[in-house]
Amino acid sequence: MIKLTINGQTQDVDVAGDTPLLWVLRDTLGLTGTKYGCGKALCGACTVHIDGAPTRACITPVESVAGKSITTIEGLSSNRSHPVQQAWIELDVPQCGYCQSGQIMSAAALLEKNPQPSDADIDSAMAGNICRCGTYPRIRKAIHRAAELRTTSKGSG
Amino acid sequence: MSKYLQANDDLPVTGGDWSRRGFLKTAAATAGGLVIGMYLPACSKPENAKSAGPAKQVTANAWLRIGTDGSITVLCDRSEMGQGVYTALPTLIAEELGVAPSTIKVEFAPPGKEYVNALLGGQVTGGSTSVRDAWEKLRMAGAEARTRLIAAAAKDWGAPPQSCSVADGYVVFTSRRKSFGELAEAAAALPKPENVQLKTRNEWQHIGKPQQRLDTPAKVDGSAQFGIDVRLPGMVYAALAQPPELGASVKSFNADAAQSMAGVRKVLQTASGVAVVADSWWQARQARDALKIEWTPGANAKLTNASIAAGLKSAASGKGKEVRKDGDVDSALKSGRRFEQTYELPLLAHATLEPQNCTVEFRDDGCHVYVPTQVQQIAQNAAAQAAGLPPEKVFVHTTFLGGGFGRRLEADFIPAAVECAKALNKPVKVLWTREDDMTHDKYRPPARNTLTGSFDANGKLNAVRIHLVAPSITSRWFPAAVANGAVDPFAVEAAHNFPYDVPNVYVDYLQHEIGIDVGYWRSVSHALNCFTVESFMDELAYEAKQDPYEFRRGMLDKQARWQMVVDTAARKAGWGRAPSGHFQGIAAMSGYDTYLAQVAEVSVDAGKLKVHRIVCAIDCGYRVNPNIVEQQAEGSIIFGLTAALFSEINIANGRVQEQNFDDYRMLRINESPQIEVYVVDSTEKPGGMGEPATALVAPAVCNAIYAATRKRIRSLPIAKQGFTV
Repeated sequence: MIKLTINGQTQDVDVAGDTPLLWVLRDTLGLTGTKYGCGKALCGACTVHIDGAPTRACITPVESVAGKSITTIEGLSSNRSHPVQQAWIELDVPQCGYCQSGQIMSAAALLEKNPQPSDADIDSAMAGNICRCGTYPRIRKAIHRAAELRTTSKGSG
Repeated sequence: MSKYLQANDDLPVTGGDWSRRGFLKTAAATAGGLVIGMYLPACSKPENAKSAGPAKQVTANAWLRIGTDGSITVLCDRSEMGQGVYTALPTLIAEELGVAPSTIKVEFAPPGKEYVNALLGGQVTGGSTSVRDAWEKLRMAGAEARTRLIAAAAKDWGAPPQSCSVADGYVVFTSRRKSFGELAEAAAALPKPENVQLKTRNEWQHIGKPQQRLDTPAKVDGSAQFGIDVRLPGMVYAALAQPPELGASVKSFNADAAQSMAGVRKVLQTASGVAVVADSWWQARQARDALKIEWTPGANAKLTNASIAAGLKSAASGKGKEVRKDGDVDSALKSGRRFEQTYELPLLAHATLEPQNCTVEFRDDGCHVYVPTQVQQIAQNAAAQAAGLPPEKVFVHTTFLGGGFGRRLEADFIPAAVECAKALNKPVKVLWTREDDMTHDKYRPPARNTLTGSFDANGKLNAVRIHLVAPSITSRWFPAAVANGAVDPFAVEAAHNFPYDVPNVYVDYLQHEIGIDVGYWRSVSHALNCFTVESFMDELAYEAKQDPYEFRRGMLDKQARWQMVVDTAARKAGWGRAPSGHFQGIAAMSGYDTYLAQVAEVSVDAGKLKVHRIVCAIDCGYRVNPNIVEQQAEGSIIFGLTAALFSEINIANGRVQEQNFDDYRMLRINESPQIEVYVVDSTEKPGGMGEPATALVAPAVCNAIYAATRKRIRSLPIAKQGFTV
């Protein structure tokens, strides 16, 4: 049994310790928002947060994250209220949508670390996330917009 | 929610049987709070269900159900793969019903004759046809439903129908109103109305406005259901070993090691390879890698890129089928100053980000197939054949598609799931690895096209001959469409409609098969032939010592829509006024009833290419949703640029060499140029937008590279032509 804390809830999973976290999330726990794209940390579709850091779940052995705080797209907010999700909706970023959980998790981690990223900061933080539909122009705009939304919501709150 | 879903269970036409009570219960038990994302077929939101009471769903027509609670459900008969049909098609119906698209619940339609795409002859999402096919059909469906609802209310009130109107889900007459929900059953019982009037353009409230996409909310919180996300009670998972050499087959295999691995339930030979079924996909995949398989080589055992290229070259000396003949090209070419060039394009993979997958369960009523597909009827037939059942016993449930680009016009990922589910008597999800997907695609055809032009004594272009040499996708996949020697229409796009005013034009297509299957790839032969024709036009401009824009523009006097886009692109890009060190290239094309021009702006510094900016002008007729038109242009440009810069599938001994995104490179955000899209206002019928902008990128960029370096690229990708990208 491996004890995992996912989206604030602690649970035990009975899987081999070297199983990639991605498959534990998707197949064992039914958290299918995190996607499989490459299995080699090349595309970013499986990005989750481990203690706040963007991490590729497809190459992360589940035993290595026992006791750490894991956040998936399902746990980013309960109602799409995270500024990144709000900005994504406002600018209609997704097309097929398959990569977007990973894009959003990378963007959310970026903004935690760097609340006002430049285009160059965005390029460097998001270069690991492939979007085959080519939503990059909107991703860039939406990250800037999310940065604004964070400021606004903090200012008013 | 569950009541709402149960109500759907009784319907004769349903898009998804995801609402089975057993499934609901089990999914709820195993998945806790995530259950909404698990069973809703799409992004329908709980808040959309207007009433808590049990609502009866009344079928208004093939695309529309009205609940007695006033809920409106549209059955979307095209697959959503990013191109926006999930929003655009319901908008057409919503407009005529006088309701906001955002209040509509959308489900994917099952296979059905009523859903055949009139432009393609089957229930197919492809060819950038969805809006073009639906444009009148779905507005009529909405208008007919509105006419019936009004008739039902008018009858009830004894009011003249022409004095009644609809607003926000109600029929209104003076101060009276009745909801669509109250009227739904009476409306359905009325005879088919004779006089159905579509709204006029000035009455439109939703069509033509930049509506937000209806699928966005579910795509930002992880709840959108792709094929890979399907979970059925008791489901097990399969990984598939397919022959590394395309066309090889299983000779024998030893599964002893695999069988003994944790979680493995069964190893079985399928028509396409050897499947390992296990409790989790990771277990199945690991056990698959422990299989020892001996393969029988097939016809492609010695196939290489070089042999394919040599085959095309040798075939090219032959004559193809005539596609177009204006004037007398042969005579003109003899008398004029002649110029000839050959262009080559490589095999390409689709690389949808969601790898191919399919989930199948046999139930008492038949075989249920959950699949991200662009071809519901073909999927149904493929599963029926594998199941040994008649097609009507196969129920296809379409999920969201994690990219399509033509890859999911194929059905090769379906039979193994059927075979496994049958053998295990359990629901089985077959999922390909990225490497499986990359090495077992139906690749975009390679091509070798030779173009010849000549200038008359006054230096005017007087002849163009376009000789296209490539394999035919259609002759494999839709042979009936090219019966009796007909030319594959999907091989000659962007060549047969050569727009420039040249007195002598000849186009022929020589079909040359290469031994492996080729498939439809976003924009299909437009991408092959636009590169060829627009590169050649650029070469001719330099031969004629003319500006490439002026040269084209001088031969478009009779082509108003071409003129408009070429002029718009040039003007918006600041043609001829690029910043210092930057160079421009232009390309134009018409396809899918859409007209486009692009100007690329590049710099080349010591062999290092940078694409700075792409300006795209579009006339796609009337825009149902300008927001999605722009999205598609942006995305298509990045798709086309990825291919132009990097993409090539290499084959050695019949094996595809590229495996994953480290050797089949994708453009990333830091490499993405500034993209500007300008859409010309138009009242023409809508044109397609899912694909065409893809095809102009390669010629626009290569023409800009020529402007920068005087090096002409006649073979793609650019990365193989001595540039660092």
